[in-house]
Amino acid sequence: MTFKRKLVSAAILALAAGAANAQISGNEVKIGVLNDQSGTYADLAGPGSTLAAKMAVEDSKAILKGMKVEVISADHQNKPDVGSAIARKWYDSEGVDVIVDVPTSSVALAVNQITKEKGKAFLVSGAASSDLTGKACSPNTIHWTYDTWELANGTGSAIVKTGGKSWFFLTADYAFGHALERDTSAVVVKEGGKVVGAVRHPFPTSDFSSFLLQAQASKAQIIGLANAGADTTNAIKQAAEFGIVKGGQNIAGMLVFLTDVHALGLATAQGLIFTTSWYWDMNDPSRAWAKRFAAANGGKYPTMIQAGVYSSVLHYLKAVTAIKSDDGTKVIAEMKKLPTDDPLFGKGMVRADGRKVHNGYLVEVKKPSESKSPYDYYKIRTTIPADQAFRPMSEGGCSLVK
Amino acid sequence: MADDAYKPHASRDDAADFRYHRNAFVVMMALFLVAPTIFYPVFVMKALCFALFACAFNLLLGFGGLLSFGHAMFLGMAGYVSAHAAKVWGFPPEIAILAGTAAATLLGVLAGLLAIRRQGIYFAMITLALAQMIFFLCLQAPFTHGEDGIQAVPRGLLLGMFDLMNPYVMYYFVLAIFTAGFLLIYRIVHSPFGQVLKAIRENEPRAISLGYRTEQYKLAAFVLSAGIAGLAGATKAIVFQLASLTDVHWTMSGEVVLMTLLGGMGTIFGPVVGAFTIITMESYLAELGSWFTITQGAIFVVCVLAFRRGIMGELEAWLKRRRIG
Amino acid sequence: MSEIFGVPIQVLFGQLLIGLINGAFYAMLSLGLAVIFGLLNIINFTHGAQYMMGAFAAYFLLNKLGLNYWWALVIAPLAVGASGMVAERLMLSRLYKLDHLYGLLLTFGLALVIQGIFRNEFGSAGLPYAMPGQLSGARNLGFMFLPNYRGWVIVASLLVCFGTWFVIERTKLGAYLRAATENPAMVQSFGINVPRMVTLTYGFGVGLAGFAGVMAAPIYQVNPLMGADTIIVVFAVVVIGGMGSIMGAILTGFGLGVIEGLTKVFYPEASNTVIFVIMAIVLMIRPQGLFGSR
Repeated sequence: MTFKRKLVSAAILALAAGAANAQISGNEVKIGVLNDQSGTYADLAGPGSTLAAKMAVEDSKAILKGMKVEVISADHQNKPDVGSAIARKWYDSEGVDVIVDVPTSSVALAVNQITKEKGKAFLVSGAASSDLTGKACSPNTIHWTYDTWELANGTGSAIVKTGGKSWFFLTADYAFGHALERDTSAVVVKEGGKVVGAVRHPFPTSDFSSFLLQAQASKAQIIGLANAGADTTNAIKQAAEFGIVKGGQNIAGMLVFLTDVHALGLATAQGLIFTTSWYWDMNDPSRAWAKRFAAANGGKYPTMIQAGVYSSVLHYLKAVTAIKSDDGTKVIAEMKKLPTDDPLFGKGMVRADGRKVHNGYLVEVKKPSESKSPYDYYKIRTTIPADQAFRPMSEGGCSLVK
Repeated sequence: MADDAYKPHASRDDAADFRYHRNAFVVMMALFLVAPTIFYPVFVMKALCFALFACAFNLLLGFGGLLSFGHAMFLGMAGYVSAHAAKVWGFPPEIAILAGTAAATLLGVLAGLLAIRRQGIYFAMITLALAQMIFFLCLQAPFTHGEDGIQAVPRGLLLGMFDLMNPYVMYYFVLAIFTAGFLLIYRIVHSPFGQVLKAIRENEPRAISLGYRTEQYKLAAFVLSAGIAGLAGATKAIVFQLASLTDVHWTMSGEVVLMTLLGGMGTIFGPVVGAFTIITMESYLAELGSWFTITQGAIFVVCVLAFRRGIMGELEAWLKRRRIG
Repeated sequence: MSEIFGVPIQVLFGQLLIGLINGAFYAMLSLGLAVIFGLLNIINFTHGAQYMMGAFAAYFLLNKLGLNYWWALVIAPLAVGASGMVAERLMLSRLYKLDHLYGLLLTFGLALVIQGIFRNEFGSAGLPYAMPGQLSGARNLGFMFLPNYRGWVIVASLLVCFGTWFVIERTKLGAYLRAATENPAMVQSFGINVPRMVTLTYGFGVGLAGFAGVMAAPIYQVNPLMGADTIIVVFAVVVIGGMGSIMGAILTGFGLGVIEGLTKVFYPEASNTVIFVIMAIVLMIRPQGLFGSR
């Protein structure tokens, strides 16, 4: 056994030496888009994120100067075991240098762990858990687009300030739902509101009528939906049916995507208020990019997750070309050093704990009569400045922050 | 699930059967010994864990005639217990795996006592119901960490000496576990106990009238199957350093039926072949998203309609025809 | 306001009614399963996928052909039923002589194929289906706000369920059907085409699933996976009611809907599991199910 061990370690050394010489391992940068390609989150991330990554590579041609970059993708089915198996395989035997996207917090946390162990790079766009830059933070991970704290804080404080003082939560009964409920409750209480109750529904749930009735009976002004995807759209749809809004209560979706609004239709979704990190109709560069994206994506417009994948890959390639290496730890360090600047999110930066900061936007869904063109869905009510949009570094408990 | 998949042999066939099993076993082991040098070791380890799981399931379905639709509970529960033991209690890997196996065996006793009193579809349904309850327990119990699962489980030092973080050391450890479980099942099937089990499968009333307490035999088979399935689950948790809800979900119970059916239920090597086929497809089709589901479903349909003996069942039947003819 | 275990009585009434509405879906779905099992001895795992197909059929009729909800209620079950009959002729009919479990495995595989194809084609976020104008709105019952559509679900499902029960248990056609399950050769000798009858029965059972799918379309998203988890709950309903018992399936469906509804008030996390607990208990005490005869 000892002989064998020696052999193996010799082989590893040889490999490491080879990599050091070549700088770019395998002579190409390999980007793995790991997300839900077929399940609940396939539309808000899925193949669209792969497309976004490919667009970013295309748009980086000028700085790549002939360096080879390949984008591959896989379906993690929202299961941490499937996701971590793919991540391991990619890093161990397929020469993947960076994994991007990864919606579903449980999978992202697993990939976060493996990436750190293997010294690669991980750019999170799809996952929500603020733990990724908190107690689970890593020198190999950047959390790009949004997180639970941002959503809770943006939506929660805006609504309490406009008079929505008493809250009732419909919470998906798993880690992400609990985190969202916890973060929002904290904001509501801090701003002087109160939480009158919460009900934890199984994940996923198709029928919310019973839970909505409980919310109605609570007489809370605001019903907060601490869930995502089909759970959120079902709850909103059924709330309309049970006359929740007509009865004077308001719905606050904590995590709502463009695709959710599209699935609901404006007639049902109108008036909904929530926080987003990006919207395609914000400014000219975003509009131009979104049109290009939609043309290649069967007419479906990009979500903030897909925009985040594009923006994070752009910045990643910038860092790789700057230091001429694809060593995960080094590239991430470089990404933190370089200020970020891209057509979609504008100027920003990556903090020491791995949090990318940019503005947040509190948006309201338009009335059907206000919508002029396809996917013309949001009105921007308030811009939350970058320095207030995310959790202060000192409160996250990240070990990288001294 | 009495079927022509496994016909009782006349005794003069036994020697030929033994020769066939021995030769096939040698070939299989030779392949497994060199496999990690050709294929990605973690992939082969995963397939080995599922092969053992399918073999355990086959012990119950193929030789005992009992279709459990809740076998995921043993795989998953053992995974959770061994992951918890290794991570939180700091047990060395071999003890963690034993703890997981013991937990699955215990669960097997409880579930078995309830389930074996019913037959056929009712047996399947009661195992499904119990598995759903275990799933709920795993979703709610704090130690399983719900959706996140138990992550970053240390592989540790085997017997305090061998570092399992080395993929080859881990691989041969898993192979040793698989081989032990596989041989144990072979031994059980070919023991007098196994013969009685097959007699019960073919005709339970007759077995009762011959004076066998069939319930005790069925319970013993159920517990053995649960324990070995647990061994597979506990090992898997150490390999992947993760225990998650996937392994207790009812679709996992469906998947093991598929592996066994495809490979050939009631054959010794069938579940191994079935598990390797499915796991290979799963990794190749992962990029194709829902095509995997479609292919999986299509295999079910084809197996049931045209291919009920499964890969190894058909192969063995062909060999037998040649031997006779 | 008076309370029971800390829950106001009025809220409890509301929850009971909601439970009954959900029970209506369980009843329609388990009824189809029970008819198929009772007459074909097939455990139809594809039922959930066929329920989903019904909802999709309604969606296409509305958005591609401009046919409204009421047309969908008629056409979608027929279309789904027809597709079921094709599957029965091509595949299921070869399995009648074999163990039940093969039927279960085949239909399980079929369900995976169908759901996979729909997911490939239409994604998973779900498609919206507008509430029919005549049934939108809600009325105030004093103790709760009942959407008109939900009221209609109860009425329609009661009509369908008891209509089916009447046909099978009280008419000559039903008598033939029941006789054919007992002794097909005998019924065949009366000059009745038993295989065709079996095919039509399967088509009818599947059509019921399609009907339930149309009923569900306006209140749930039309989603490729909408039947995937429902199916095992409905299974449990059939087992509890007694496999093959028509009345058992109907009453158990409604009853379990109510029990599930109450669980959502007192221990919501367990609402997906309570039915399996009941199933295990029933199987232990009364393996033939609450209304089963054997």
